[in-house]
Amino acid sequence: MIYHHLILRVVTKVLVGTIILFALYVQFHGDFSPGGGFQAGVIMAVAFIIYGIVFGLRNVKRVFPEWLVHKVLALGVLIYAGTGIYAMFMGYDFLDYDALSPAHPTSGQHWGLLIIEFGVGVTVTGVMVAIYYAFAGRPPSISNEDW
Amino acid sequence: MIDTITNIILLSMLVITALAIVRMERLFAVVMLSGVFSLLSALLFVTLDAVDVAFTEAAVGAGISTVLLLSTIALTKPVERRPRHTALVPFIVVCVTGAALVYGTLDMPAFGDPNAPAQIHVGPEYLARTPDDIDVPNAVTAILGSYRGFDTLGEAAVVFTAGIGVLLLLSGLRRRREDEEEDQI
Repeated sequence: MIYHHLILRVVTKVLVGTIILFALYVQFHGDFSPGGGFQAGVIMAVAFIIYGIVFGLRNVKRVFPEWLVHKVLALGVLIYAGTGIYAMFMGYDFLDYDALSPAHPTSGQHWGLLIIEFGVGVTVTGVMVAIYYAFAGRPPSISNEDW
Repeated sequence: MIDTITNIILLSMLVITALAIVRMERLFAVVMLSGVFSLLSALLFVTLDAVDVAFTEAAVGAGISTVLLLSTIALTKPVERRPRHTALVPFIVVCVTGAALVYGTLDMPAFGDPNAPAQIHVGPEYLARTPDDIDVPNAVTAILGSYRGFDTLGEAAVVFTAGIGVLLLLSGLRRRREDEEEDQI
C-alpha cells in the first residue's frame, strides 16, 4: 500500500505540517479570531488522521502512540479543571481566572482563556485520534474493490 | 437582497443534497454527500455571521465525521440493505415530527428581531462588560471560556466521556494482546 498513491503521499507530506500549523494558529489565536480549542483540536486530529489514512495505521502510531493518545485525552480535562481548582486555592471562585494574575485581572483572564482553550484542544485532539484508532484498528470486512 | 438570494440558493442545495442522500443506496456516496451537507450548513452559518459555529461544522461535520463514517462502512457493508417493511409508518412519523417542528417555529421571534429574548437577556451585558472584564476582541471566546466556563468544562467532559465510551466499546483487550504479539514477531 505504501508504494502506491505517489501523488497522495507527496501532497500529504506537504499538507500535514501546514495543517498542524493552522491548528496551532486557531488554538492560540482564538481570543482574537474565530476558533478555539474545539476547532483547533479537530484540525490537529485531522493532521494525524490524514497521515494515518495515507501512510497506514502502523506508521501514524509510531508518531503518536496509542498509550500517549489515551493519556492526552484525559490530560486536557485535567488542565481545564486544574485551572479552576488552582483559582479555588488562591481564594477565588472556581474557574475565576482573575486568580492567575491578581494584580491585573484582565491579564489573568487572558492567561485563563489560553490555558483552558489549550486543555480543550488537547482533549479534543486525543478523543478524535483515539476514536479514529479504535475504528481503523479493527480488520475491515470489505476489500478495496467493493467500495 | 444578495443575502436572500444566497440563502435561497444554499437552502435549496441543502434540500437537493438531502433528497439525493435519501435516494442513494451506495453508502460511500451517501457519506460523501453528508459531508457536502455539512459544508453547506457551514456556509449557511457564515451567512448568519456565526463564524465560530461554521468553523466547527466544517471541521467536525465535513471533516472528521466523514472519515469516521467511512471507517464504519469499512467495518460493515458498502450497500444499504433493502428495507423489508413499507416506509409508510416512518413516513407518517417524519411528517408529524416535521409538522410539530414547524408549529414550534410559529412562536419563535422573527429572524433578527431586536426584542427577541436572545438579544435582551444577558447577551448585551456580556458584550458591554467584555472589554472591561476580559479585554479580548473575540467575545465568543470570552463568553465560552470565562462567563460560561462551567458549561465549556462540561462540554470538554462530554467529549472526554464520548471518547472513553468509544474506546470501551471498540478496542477490547483481546485485540490489544494480538497487537503486542504481532509487534514481538
